[in-house]
Amino acid sequence: MSPEPYLGDTTRTPIRHHILSVLVENKPGVLARIAGLFARRGFNIYSLAVAPAESHARFSRVTIVVDAESAPLEQIVGQLDKLVNVVAITDLAPRDALERELLIASVPVDDDNRLTVLDTITHGGASIVDVGATSVTVMLAGTPDACDELERSLEKFSDVELHRTGRVALPRLG
Amino acid sequence: MQLTGAQALIKSLEQEGVDTIFGLPGGAILPVYDPLLDSTIRHILVRHEQGAGHMAEGYALATGRPGVAMVTSGPGATNIVTPIGNAHMDSTPLVVITGQVATAAIGTDAFQECDITGITMGITKHNFLVQSAQEIPRAVAAAFHLATTGRPGPVLIDVPKDVTQSMMDWWYPATVEEYDLPGYRPDLELDNGAVERAVALINESERPLLYVGGGTLKSNATHELLAFAERTGMPVVTTLMARGSFPDSHEQHLGMPGMHGMYTAVTAIQKSDLLISLGARFDDRVTGKISAFAPEAKIIHVDIDKAEFNKVRQADVAIQSNVASALVALDAARATPRNLDVWWKTINAWRDQYPLVYDEPESEGPLRPQHVIEAIAATAAPGTIVASGVGQHQMWASQHWKFDEPRTWINSGGAGTMGFGVPAAIGAKVGRPDRTVWCIDGDGCFQMTAQELVTARSEGIPIKVAILNNAYLGMVRQWQEMFYEERYSEVYLSADLPDYVKWAEAMGCVGLRARTVKEMHEVIEQANAINDVPVVIDFRTDASEKVFPMVASGASNDDIMVHPSQRGASR
Ligand SMILES: Cc1ncc(C[n+]2csc(CCOP(=O)(O)OP(=O)(O)O)c2C)c(N)n1
Ligand SMILES: [Mg+2]
Repeated sequence: MSPEPYLGDTTRTPIRHHILSVLVENKPGVLARIAGLFARRGFNIYSLAVAPAESHARFSRVTIVVDAESAPLEQIVGQLDKLVNVVAITDLAPRDALERELLIASVPVDDDNRLTVLDTITHGGASIVDVGATSVTVMLAGTPDACDELERSLEKFSDVELHRTGRVALPRLG
Repeated sequence: MQLTGAQALIKSLEQEGVDTIFGLPGGAILPVYDPLLDSTIRHILVRHEQGAGHMAEGYALATGRPGVAMVTSGPGATNIVTPIGNAHMDSTPLVVITGQVATAAIGTDAFQECDITGITMGITKHNFLVQSAQEIPRAVAAAFHLATTGRPGPVLIDVPKDVTQSMMDWWYPATVEEYDLPGYRPDLELDNGAVERAVALINESERPLLYVGGGTLKSNATHELLAFAERTGMPVVTTLMARGSFPDSHEQHLGMPGMHGMYTAVTAIQKSDLLISLGARFDDRVTGKISAFAPEAKIIHVDIDKAEFNKVRQADVAIQSNVASALVALDAARATPRNLDVWWKTINAWRDQYPLVYDEPESEGPLRPQHVIEAIAATAAPGTIVASGVGQHQMWASQHWKFDEPRTWINSGGAGTMGFGVPAAIGAKVGRPDRTVWCIDGDGCFQMTAQELVTARSEGIPIKVAILNNAYLGMVRQWQEMFYEERYSEVYLSADLPDYVKWAEAMGCVGLRARTVKEMHEVIEQANAINDVPVVIDFRTDASEKVFPMVASGASNDDIMVHPSQRGASR
């Protein structure tokens, strides 16, 4: 029998995490440079989201949640800034940041659990985006805490397939 | 004008003022070797690509201009990885061009394919995989810009074979904007507030010390350093990477700090109340046990790379700047420490008590390696450039040669790459043909890259190589003797195998040997008289000789071990 796969502690954000919003050139290999730098220096990436920035095809925005306990933030930012393809780095302390994340999950349903499933979804603030014969797919776009909450409440069902995007963030206004 | 990518590559190098390429051809880079025939650029055909890389480093260190190397894909590219890593550690400006398999074949495990941009990602300042011939000029211009500005370093350009074979419309970027480097801003404005805070720290210091690192040479700050040091009267130490940035003959110079530094340099750091770090990076070989390093000192940290600040030691004031501009600003603000008479009295007492010493040479041999170095130095032409390998001989060369000029000491500091010496000396001689170039090498190091003497002979590059032949991987032997109860494990090499004289002769060089002090003086005189071909001298030195002073790995600088003859004296 194969052992349970270790999925890590996916539901708890490191206490002293920081959010780095990094504007990079949209070129091949840039993500590898960033990931390589983190790996080489033993900095731990907690979550990572990448997408084209604004309307420019020229730049992408990488949102990296780092465990600020694994390495001094000043070192991380300093080393990152030295990557030639990195254009700008905004360091957001959690209290100054508006963070959002997307969670989608497909949950098997049958006559026995249908009500509990629907209740859990509604309670967690998620919405149903797809319905199949034996399962429903739900999504939640919300704070990382809300996603954590929903993820925990879905743990009571078996064979749930769940994906999270990693968070994106902007500074809070005012 | 329509050119092939290969022609555009050579023409771009010409635009950058390149006069020499060190390299070796092969399939993927073949197209580029054809237009090279029509170029004014000198190509030096090496015997191993590692040699090309270290030659380019030696060239760069001796001239201050970027070194250029060109090799083929796959094994050609991997053979030059060590020099790239070495240049990265020592912030040496290099542009390395590698051939790559055709774009359509990338990722197919094609013949001689390797992901060299992936391999060198962590050991280059930046690298490029060029996607089209039209992009070649931009990649070359950007590579030279990156290699030489800000904190210098190696930049690699990987060029697929179809890219060099296809046609392009010639152009060349005229401005930095056209380099397309939106994330690279090496120009800094000096933070006047930081300068003011630094001045305040200097003004109240009683035991200040200028801790001078390689960045001082990179920013050509030797005049500014001399002026600032002389006006303020502060003592100076120069790290292994900064030897020559401040004259050894100057009375304010305490020598090299670190694991094999001068007692006075190491101890002055420990007792200082203010360390002014100029382009140095608090390397573990300088700090020893970090928690015990300069415990009473405030730190002013000047570096062009802000990632160096607070990496090892928290700075009280960090000034992000090249060393020259920072020194000019500090000088203009008339930063002046308190009266330093007491500090100098203390320092001079250490100097008197613990000068650099070694045991009396025995006239019948074996030779004392330190004596050999001093004998070579004593008869060397002024401005002689010294390259070295890595090991005991390197430390002795740094300790016993007196450097009075910048860019006369060529060595592998951060990486400690054995085999660096011979090719680096060749590169230095190519860059400064007017200078005498000696390589002080170890027998172990020599065996790693000696084949480049064939290159030197065939290209007419008359360097002089002094092998301090102690028949051992001496530095490792020293550690085994001192820290592993003399249990010698895999460090013996033999003094006679290979026969260095015959080997030198086989490579078209003059081979000489010295066992006694008399022979030592004779062969040095002979070598000095030969200026047309390389000379190799096999100096038979004492295998039991150890490098002192020494701060054991991980120990505090306070626990520096002086030469045995100086022990027991009161400290
Ligand atoms: C490429 C490489 N391999 C191994 C080492 C580890 N190492 C450091 S010094 C040294 C011995 C060098 O021997 P030699 O060139 O004879 O110099 P010596 O110390 O005897 O003067 C070794 C093996 C190294 N620095 N570089
Ligand atoms: Mg040796």
